[in-house]
Amino acid sequence: MTMDALTARNGESFRTVDVPRLPADRFRREILDSVARGLRISTYFGFRPGAANTRLLCVLADDSEKTLSVLSCEPGGRFESLTPDCPQAHLFEREIAEQFGIVPEGHPWMKPVRYPDARDSIPGDTAFFSAEGEELHEVAVGPVHAGIIEPGHFRFQCRGEDVLHLEIQLGYQHRGAETLLESSPAPRAMAVAESIAGDTAIGHALAYCAVHESLSSGAVPPRAEAIRAVALELERLANHVGDLGALCGDVGFLPSAAYFGRLRGEFLNLLMDLSGNRNGRSLIRPGGVRFDLTADMAGDFSERIGRAERDIASAADLMFETPSVQARFEGTGRISERACRDLGLVGPTARACGVPRDVRSDHPHGAYRSARIPVSTIEGGDVYARAMLKHLEIARSISFLLSQIQDLPAGTLKQPCAAARPGRMAVSLVEGWRGEIAHAGITGESGEILRYKVKDPSFHNWTALAMALRDTPISDFPLCNKSFNLSYAGHDL
Amino acid sequence: MINLWNVLKARMRQGHRTSAYPASIPAFPERFRGRPAIDDTKCPTDCDACEKSCPTQAIKIDRGIHLDLGRCLFCTECVDSCPEGAIRYTTDHRLAARTREALVISGKSAETRLAEALDKKMRSLFGRSLKLRQVAAGDCSGCALELQALNNVVFDLGRFGVQFVASPRHADGILVTGPVTRNMTLALQKTYEAVPEPKLVIAVGACAISGGPFRGGDSGVGGILPVDLYIPGCPPHPLTILDGLLRLLGKLDGA
Repeated sequence: MTMDALTARNGESFRTVDVPRLPADRFRREILDSVARGLRISTYFGFRPGAANTRLLCVLADDSEKTLSVLSCEPGGRFESLTPDCPQAHLFEREIAEQFGIVPEGHPWMKPVRYPDARDSIPGDTAFFSAEGEELHEVAVGPVHAGIIEPGHFRFQCRGEDVLHLEIQLGYQHRGAETLLESSPAPRAMAVAESIAGDTAIGHALAYCAVHESLSSGAVPPRAEAIRAVALELERLANHVGDLGALCGDVGFLPSAAYFGRLRGEFLNLLMDLSGNRNGRSLIRPGGVRFDLTADMAGDFSERIGRAERDIASAADLMFETPSVQARFEGTGRISERACRDLGLVGPTARACGVPRDVRSDHPHGAYRSARIPVSTIEGGDVYARAMLKHLEIARSISFLLSQIQDLPAGTLKQPCAAARPGRMAVSLVEGWRGEIAHAGITGESGEILRYKVKDPSFHNWTALAMALRDTPISDFPLCNKSFNLSYAGHDL
Repeated sequence: MINLWNVLKARMRQGHRTSAYPASIPAFPERFRGRPAIDDTKCPTDCDACEKSCPTQAIKIDRGIHLDLGRCLFCTECVDSCPEGAIRYTTDHRLAARTREALVISGKSAETRLAEALDKKMRSLFGRSLKLRQVAAGDCSGCALELQALNNVVFDLGRFGVQFVASPRHADGILVTGPVTRNMTLALQKTYEAVPEPKLVIAVGACAISGGPFRGGDSGVGGILPVDLYIPGCPPHPLTILDGLLRLLGKLDGA
């Protein structure tokens, strides 16, 4: 490895001073070289302690070596944008400019991301990319949509029925989650972490706890690690199953839509049995878990999961063999493998483009270090591929769950988590159901949190939705949107 | 033909799944955190451990324990902070109330105040058909997903004459989730204005009622719009939401 970056493993903490500070041009070149070698930007953010200069920190994931490279620079007020040579940096650079007022020069589409400041306008009240011509027209949708869904603004440039370009403007859901995670007392910060994206309460709680455990060098008992993995897979199952149902609903295939809708609830109810809450809130706490999965519960869980598995198979077989469903899924909203790599897409979206990217095997954490889940991939990058991929992942998730539940390690549920150590930084990656969640924390001289950075997988993948819509009829937007099912709140923070 | 046969076969296999609610109330698991029960006779003097532990300042000690369900996240901090067991969760899912004050549980002898029904005129308008427009205003999607779950075959909201509609102009009221972020305030107001009179406002979840974990100065819907029904929880269980809606429409008297 080069000396231009610090190498760490997922969930490992290190001294912040050990992160190399490179001159701006070397920092830029190092990132470009790394991305050319197959690394990808996992998270990239600014950090300004007190009156000091803003420092940019970039965490690159090396999926084949199972390591993270961390590098930094202090660019002053401007720096040369990476985006023209490295498109996956585009939203990170816009975020850095918005949060710290430093300008990525040469960025092709420099706009605010979330409009966090009361002095600004609000997200929709801004210039959008537009195309002009006799046959062209513009369609604006949102922030309030037709359905029970989060707010966002979508601006389509269309030629007839076909979309030439879609620009997605989010920011309506911005609540200031990062600031609250930096400044709130522990119980409130924990509640905020569980509310970054409500459908990923377990995923974000896990990443949050892993950062704090790492900063304080706290260990998690093996039984707690296993219960955490069980909860993470239950969350994945509830959402994947719900997504298959919603996809059926969007193409008007109601039998499987109804069955999957009910089956989603079976997994939420298992989480409720375990934690007292359908989203698994209050289960994961620094140092371990709050609730046990007793032997009696384990037997009951296995039986219920087995039943659900058979009902899922029946609903999924029906869905995938129905010609009207296949006709609507195949070839719709296609993303190429090249676009996937260029944009640094993650999670099921990437795996449905044939790119085997999965934190559970690339950067295994907790119970995934010893019990492996095989990575599912499928070629194609269309709605069909994304639906089929979720179907494959459901099966693998269930067999992992059953083996974990039947063979939980003995021992305690929680170990006290000491105060965070001063001057350290930790990065934690978790494979949530949407893909890679990255949390990073940096402590100050007395162990207080100076900077807390959250990246939901949606932050990478919203651009994929915009790409999928190109040359696609606008009436396919709901179906494409559902095939990604991205988080607005997780993006807006 | 083969596909049709398989549709029928799957239909037989999947069975009838709609809950018998409200004729019978499904059993909640032991760990389910519903309405808290307070026994402040157990409190040692000068102890404020639960008040200090609460992430949203839902608990106030003032000659006994006062717990605000509108702020409560139904987490485990207060229970874990109290060795005396003065606060515990019951599995009672009925939490909704018509006023902000009725959400506060004070002391051991506090009576359970359930949401009252609308007046006769409003009930005659909405009792058999209520159309609602949901507005997410900074919610994490936790509450929104439980609202969506009401449409599944288990809860089947439609059988009660309640339906979520796409346009505020087709709605009899709005149902708000989230702490109302600055960037959503205007859109929320415009949506409310687009609903024809008379109209209802329903706040769902700790964030919409009080800001929840994102609480700032005047978070929640109450500071912006007149609220007719508060449904606490983080997120509320679908049956908690259903209970609130049906009580508002006068369909669940007693019980």
